[in-house]
Amino acid sequence: MLADLLGIPPQLLFGQLLLGLISGAFYAVLSLGLAVIFGMLNIVNFAHGALYMLGAFASYFLLKILGINYWGALILAPIIVGAAGIVIERFLLRRLAGVDHLYGLLLTFGLALVIEGLFVKFFGASGLPYPTPEALKGGVNLGFMFVPWYRAWVVVAAVIVCVFTWWLFERTKVGAYLRAGTENPTLLQAFGVNVPLLTTLAYGYGVALAGLAGVLAAPITQVAPLMGSNLIITVFAVVVIGGMGSIMGAAVTGLAMGMIEGLTKVFWPEASATVIFVIMAIVLVIRPAGLFGRTA
Amino acid sequence: MSRVSNEVIRLTDLHAFYGESHVLHGIDLDVHEGELVTLLGRNGAGRTTTLRAIVGLIGHRTGSIMIKGEETIKSPPHTIAHLGLGYCPEERGIFASLNVEENLMLPPQVGSKGMSVEEIYEMFPNLAERRKSQGTRLSGGEQQMLALARILRTGADILLLDEITEGLAPVIVDRLGEVLAELKARGFTVVLVEQNFHFARAIADRHFIIDQGHLAAVIAADEVEAKADVFDDFLSV
Ligand SMILES: Nc1ncnc2c1ncn2[C@@H]1O[C@H](COP(=O)(O)OP(=O)(O)OP(=O)(O)O)[C@@H](O)[C@H]1O
Ligand SMILES: [Mg+2]
Repeated sequence: MLADLLGIPPQLLFGQLLLGLISGAFYAVLSLGLAVIFGMLNIVNFAHGALYMLGAFASYFLLKILGINYWGALILAPIIVGAAGIVIERFLLRRLAGVDHLYGLLLTFGLALVIEGLFVKFFGASGLPYPTPEALKGGVNLGFMFVPWYRAWVVVAAVIVCVFTWWLFERTKVGAYLRAGTENPTLLQAFGVNVPLLTTLAYGYGVALAGLAGVLAAPITQVAPLMGSNLIITVFAVVVIGGMGSIMGAAVTGLAMGMIEGLTKVFWPEASATVIFVIMAIVLVIRPAGLFGRTA
Repeated sequence: MSRVSNEVIRLTDLHAFYGESHVLHGIDLDVHEGELVTLLGRNGAGRTTTLRAIVGLIGHRTGSIMIKGEETIKSPPHTIAHLGLGYCPEERGIFASLNVEENLMLPPQVGSKGMSVEEIYEMFPNLAERRKSQGTRLSGGEQQMLALARILRTGADILLLDEITEGLAPVIVDRLGEVLAELKARGFTVVLVEQNFHFARAIADRHFIIDQGHLAAVIAADEVEAKADVFDDFLSV
């Protein structure tokens, strides 16, 4: 097979592909949230990485203080982060409606610095451990590679979240409101839809997805204040490649970019850290609206 | 506030602003239940702005806007439609990211007597055929039908229609004329902004002539002949 032909051990190839798929799962869920937020609020949410971190910390404290396990955290942490997002939108971002979008970017960037700074101050920069849930310990040997159950679950969970969000946007009434609100919020409001509420909910949902990604990451990466700050840079590149505000684009591009990163690790390890940014540059030149973006 | 029993819209000293520019300078007008009135005037007279002010799309407005006896000048925009208002904007406002059916179903219910989807498709057969097409793939005439159809579904009984005949072929304009006559017969109250006076004249009960943000004249249907000079003064370019 191909891997043998190229003289690459299949364990390495598939191992990296799986790792890439897992990174891709996080890219997909995080960029999905960014796309939802950008659509309704026209804001590039720089606080996304910090809110992802908040999701991981929420699971940590739910376990430590309340004894609520991973599965409980999977439900509760996104709700907690979503609620934090609703407060942020309602009391901070809303005040910026009508001014240049740059202010939203600056505000969310500042928020990320403040939130991450506070967490570093109180918990130190190093990570706190979060256990893999009992049911997902171990893995399965596929012959050519070993797949840990937890990592497989992360990919499945990400796909479920992406499909659910797509369904929500494309097949429900709320989704029709969100699409219409992205296009022409004032007319939608004149029809009697409470657009300010819809906007708050969109932001809440977008950051709840970040919180969910944080829960998924907790057993893999450790819970650390700066866990989101590096990841989010790559996620922004993914969003640019997929096209701002495109739900499908965010999900598909996220998974694809993770895989490409994984493959690059196999064939040209030195380039793996930059490959996504190179792709971003090429896409920006050839198709500035992104692969799935609507060109105006 | 006193309210003439069948008065559904009353504007009193309505002023509207776009930023610094003062566009409406104290409009007073009233529309009765079941009436079809037009807002006529030259380009830039302020007719669109009057409709936009009524539905709450003008952020800075003062004076009084009573809808069915309720003051709405300070109401949040999304609450105003629920008094039974349906708005068809000048640019039609069909959503590109929604298909025809989603566009049709989009506006929330604002009254109980809305037309059913079947009735609407009967009234506008083209829309039925193209229900799965992207909204903005429709022809101009079909988009206009859709913009009208979607507010008929909501149960709105006051329709604010902005230049619905603009740029359409004569056969479609005729069809819209029939539709409006039918809506009037069904008891809808209609405020029609029109450039096409010929079209407006055939169906209207009264004409409000707006000039430079002021109400310049009110002319009942039976005075149109006698007051032809007023139309000449304010409508000819
Ligand atoms: N968004 C806006 N910002 C600033 N001024 C505006 C805006 N929209 C309209 N105006 C100005 O307000 C005045 C009234 O415009 P309006 O759209 O109400 O006119 P109209 O009677 O509907 O005419 P028409 O549709 O034929 O142009 C015009 O002088 C116009 O230039
Ligand atoms: Mg106009």
